[in-house]
Amino acid sequence: MHLLYMIFIDPFVQMGAAPDLLAQTLWEGLVGGMLYALIALGFVLIFKASGVFNFAQGIMVVFAALTFVGLHDAGLNAFLALGLTIVVMFGLAFAIERSVLRPLVNQPDIILFMATFGITYFLIGFGEFVFGGDPKVMVTDDLFLPKGSVTYHTLGGIVQLQKLDIAATIIASVMVAGLAVFFSKTRIGRALRAVADSHSAALSVGISLEQIWVIVWFAAGLVALVTGIFWGARSDVSFALEVIALKALPVLILGGFTSVPGAIVGGLIIGIGEKLGEFYWGPLVGGGTDAWFAYVIALVFLLFRPQGLFGERIIERV
Amino acid sequence: MRAPGGSEVAVGDVLLAVEGVSLSFGGVNAVSDVSFDIRKGEIRAIIGPNGAGKTSMLNVINGFYQPQQGRITFKGETRSKMRPYEAAHGGIARTFQNVALFRGMTALDNIMAGRSLKMNKGFVWQLLRYGPAMNEEIAHRRRVEEIIDFLKIQEIRRTPVGRLPYGLQKRVELGRALAMEPELLLLDEPMAGMNIEEKEDMSRFVLDVNDHYGTTIALIEHDMGVVMDLSDRVVVLDHGIKIADGTPDEVKGNQAVIDAYLGVAH
Repeated sequence: MHLLYMIFIDPFVQMGAAPDLLAQTLWEGLVGGMLYALIALGFVLIFKASGVFNFAQGIMVVFAALTFVGLHDAGLNAFLALGLTIVVMFGLAFAIERSVLRPLVNQPDIILFMATFGITYFLIGFGEFVFGGDPKVMVTDDLFLPKGSVTYHTLGGIVQLQKLDIAATIIASVMVAGLAVFFSKTRIGRALRAVADSHSAALSVGISLEQIWVIVWFAAGLVALVTGIFWGARSDVSFALEVIALKALPVLILGGFTSVPGAIVGGLIIGIGEKLGEFYWGPLVGGGTDAWFAYVIALVFLLFRPQGLFGERIIERV
Repeated sequence: MRAPGGSEVAVGDVLLAVEGVSLSFGGVNAVSDVSFDIRKGEIRAIIGPNGAGKTSMLNVINGFYQPQQGRITFKGETRSKMRPYEAAHGGIARTFQNVALFRGMTALDNIMAGRSLKMNKGFVWQLLRYGPAMNEEIAHRRRVEEIIDFLKIQEIRRTPVGRLPYGLQKRVELGRALAMEPELLLLDEPMAGMNIEEKEDMSRFVLDVNDHYGTTIALIEHDMGVVMDLSDRVVVLDHGIKIADGTPDEVKGNQAVIDAYLGVAH
């Protein structure tokens, strides 16, 4: 009886008793969720265009962040370094299309999936070779990212927001909105959706698969760069960041692999759910819930909606 | 002058010619040493029993398959193989045997996708949806609306095509091909799986396209009635080999064709 009370009643009593703490937890969940959403977005872009689950998205985040910090450490102006990193990410997209995707056209998805493992290990090795394996500190001041926090006295207590988190949320929102408009309203966006629906039909109207692949991998690279900057600013830039890619998996399960809005909503649900779980239910099991709670949320969703919140339901005609 | 049952467009020079094309997959010969031509303005049918290599032939023409031997001459330019992009760019459009539409998109967006080669305003303008890109979008939208009117599919333009009945999907697919303003239109079994009424509609559209836009058409079809009514000339394939080529009447009386269709006692 006591256990049931602790699970089902007590957390909500606490939420009601201290709304400021609840607001703080929700905010932190929102920020974390935004970053999860960004990672998931990188996956979705590539999955939509080529049907490949890109295992290398996590390492692309690290690689983009490392390139940026590395160039800056080499004495370049922060914005010049940012611009050059964008060029590097374009080069990477181009190289991947030429050397990995093009030779594997028409191969089963699992082969392309394995190839993205290859890309991952190549980027780990190449990144360590060029930038070394030591953790680095993300450039923030030179990029004019705000520091410190703002404090609100509301809800009978204190809610403290990190300025960096606010900036991350705004920039991520703008970026997501921009991508959404781009992919739903422009010719290239239409071509992307066309490629996602049918390769042969896309070819027949003269859409170049190669061009589309370079564009989506480049877009995924840009998303990786933004993710890397903000995630790196919260901890530091090291290869350990790569594992955050695994956090994208429950987000994708929740949101559906093919949906941009799904990635965002999924990311927010996981982020907020994770923080609430950690804060209100974590003490019951002695803490440490953040490693697995996201997967539990995803699992519960999977029971009811196997295709995810916004995913396409697959109906096979036999 | 009107050819018997065929198109009314004046038939002119050779638009596309294939010479000695052979295509095999591993040990299977899909097409062996096939030559024929398609003249400007005509409706050319490719017929033959199942597995005759008709679709393979279309795939060679629009570059999906690259033949091991032979030459393809399109608009006076000879090459050993087409590439899909070259074909689309050069004015070859096609439809597919098993409708290949962009299922998640509306009928309108599907047809707009057919315009993608003709739209070339910069990336940045597109992103901003402003200036030249917006004018371009409007101009192309106007052409697409004309095609929608032509095919009488106004009321389904906002419907995701995955939800449409089969006959209408085929019509949208034709619309997408027409949006490319092709010089050569390849139709792979445009009437497969249709009832008589839908077949008549589709036949009418094929004739109208030929008539109205002057488009050269090559089509694969199993319904002999349709083939005989629509086409100016017919090429007959069997087991990847060309067995006859001529007007519908010539082909109809050809013993090899009759044998291929009805079988022959060995």
